[in-house]
Amino acid sequence: MLEINNLHVKLEEEDKVILKGVTLSIKPGSVHAIMGPNGSGKSTLSYVLSGKGGYEVTEGSASLEGAELLEMEPEERAAAGLFLAFQYPVEIPGVGNMTFLRTAVNAQRKARGEDELSAGDFLKIVRTKAKALKIDADMMKRPVNVGFSGGEKKRNEILQMAMLEPKMCILDETDSGLDVDAMKLVSEGVNALRDAGRSFLVITHYQRLLDHIKPDFVHIMADGRIVKTGGPELALEVEKNGYADLLAEVV
Amino acid sequence: MAQLQAKQDALALRIAGLDLPRAGWSAPARADALTRLSAMGLPSKRDEYWRYTDPTSLTAVAPTVAAPFAYSDEKMVFTDIDRLRLVFVDGVFDADASDDPVLAGVEITRLSASGDLHWARDLYGVLETRGQTPVQRPLAAMNTAFATDGVMIRATGKAAKPVYLVYLHKSNTSDVILHHCIKIEAGAELTILENGPAAARLNKVMEVEVAEGGKFHHIRTQGRDHERRAVTHIFARLAANALFKSFTLTANGHLTRNEAIIEFAGDDAVAHVAGAAVGDGAFHHDDTVFVTHDAERCESRQVFKKVLKNGAIGVFQGKILVKAGAQKTDGYQISQALMLDGDSQFLAKPELEIYADDVVCSHGSTSGAIDEAALFYLQSRGVPKRAAQSLLVLAFLAEAIAEIEDTSLADDIRIRMENWLTRHEGK
Repeated sequence: MLEINNLHVKLEEEDKVILKGVTLSIKPGSVHAIMGPNGSGKSTLSYVLSGKGGYEVTEGSASLEGAELLEMEPEERAAAGLFLAFQYPVEIPGVGNMTFLRTAVNAQRKARGEDELSAGDFLKIVRTKAKALKIDADMMKRPVNVGFSGGEKKRNEILQMAMLEPKMCILDETDSGLDVDAMKLVSEGVNALRDAGRSFLVITHYQRLLDHIKPDFVHIMADGRIVKTGGPELALEVEKNGYADLLAEVV
Repeated sequence: MAQLQAKQDALALRIAGLDLPRAGWSAPARADALTRLSAMGLPSKRDEYWRYTDPTSLTAVAPTVAAPFAYSDEKMVFTDIDRLRLVFVDGVFDADASDDPVLAGVEITRLSASGDLHWARDLYGVLETRGQTPVQRPLAAMNTAFATDGVMIRATGKAAKPVYLVYLHKSNTSDVILHHCIKIEAGAELTILENGPAAARLNKVMEVEVAEGGKFHHIRTQGRDHERRAVTHIFARLAANALFKSFTLTANGHLTRNEAIIEFAGDDAVAHVAGAAVGDGAFHHDDTVFVTHDAERCESRQVFKKVLKNGAIGVFQGKILVKAGAQKTDGYQISQALMLDGDSQFLAKPELEIYADDVVCSHGSTSGAIDEAALFYLQSRGVPKRAAQSLLVLAFLAEAIAEIEDTSLADDIRIRMENWLTRHEGK
């Protein structure tokens, strides 16, 4: 599904190298988690994959189902099936949440050569999916993420994911700022989307999220590289001992 | 003194070829306006009030040649709305193209019509005169003196449909002075729609008197001509519990100066004046607003949004004056510019002058670029960059468009904005 090969990335504006050779292969239907200390490059990886400006790829490649990701515009990556659930979802005053969702869904359908959803069909689908995430009609009417609580913003991200039905979902610290109940709700939303054709890359600081979204693989990222890969037990080890021991072992 | 002399000399040249009507009910007001105008002279770019907008092309003897714009790709605004249509072509009333001016609860006459019009005589030039202090507005006085036509509309009940004034521009040297008077009697309600560039050069005044509990709605678009120049004034006076709402959309036009001078004379009245302006290239747009609170518990809102690119210039001069005793005034003013590139300019002068001690007044002015974070967020959801930009521009304008109460009129305006954005994408 997603193949990242020896990816090197620096900041465009300054000579700061952030990713120093990331290699990662994600098969269809699998769930990978990336953990790592602050500043290790986890969020940068998610931004570079989804096409955010301000970064320069100096070496390496990334492809989604064989298509070169790094050459595409962000919207093309989305239409190809990539989705990033933001760590900090952006507030867009003046754009209604429902309008935003419908515009996004139909833009992707159009890019893929499919017919746009009618207003009625769209509404039916969005209502069902919003209900499962406890997103009420009022939240759909409000401007995108404006005045939403931390939990509401993250639920809104998962709703977008559910509506857009991407193949490759990247969740960037989706658990940050969530209370226990909200985390459960969000995890249920994610788990409902798990299937043989859809893969996940879950970026998190805490093992707790991985109790809810069970990964097949756990990677530890440090200083711009993946330094260790294992099963779910690796996350437990981090939770118990922190990163210091692990990193000392690697170096 | 030398400067005043120069302004008076400029005036003498400007009005040498104009005809001052000496008969009819408006004659005394016109003579008075000429006297006042002669004392002021024409505005010059050295005047503080014209600091950001050069009035030279508005005061020159002859108008700058301006080619009319030919509509071909979209229906004219307000086409699908049930309305009473009155058409002016280069400032000349076109009876054949207009509807019969008959509407229940509304009296419609023209300025140039013969016979006496008592209510209009009490309004014509009266609010304009009041609006000359504390700031001089010579172009409005010139309008009162020399206006060739206009409509006199008096609403005595709730009008069944809007009165729609269409200003077609056909001659590339037309120079037009129009003066309208609108009287909303107690408890009456009327919507005025205006559309079109009117002329190569337009000087238009609208005086609006809203009596107790009356409601006045005004939605205006200034056409799609690129080369036309216009100076417009709205003078409004509101009695107790009156409502005044005015929205203007300006897309294109070489030079536009829209002034709104609003006075609260009775308690508990509401006045909202809003504008959305979108300019690409040779576009200079100036909103100059003066709101005077001289009564208690009145609410005023000024909401002005400008989208600028390729060297377009936006100006906002907005003032809220709260007189002593105008307690519990609620005044709000926001002016914002969205710059789509680094070449454009936004010049803003927000002012508050408050002499009452129990009021709420707020104002803000910002200029900035498209929010890159929001743009990326939309793109990451699959919305193509240009569409995402348009969505964000419309979102930026939303607060101004939200000032239009009627949803079908607001939708019509929104579609104009979308079309403009599509036409000007990526240029």
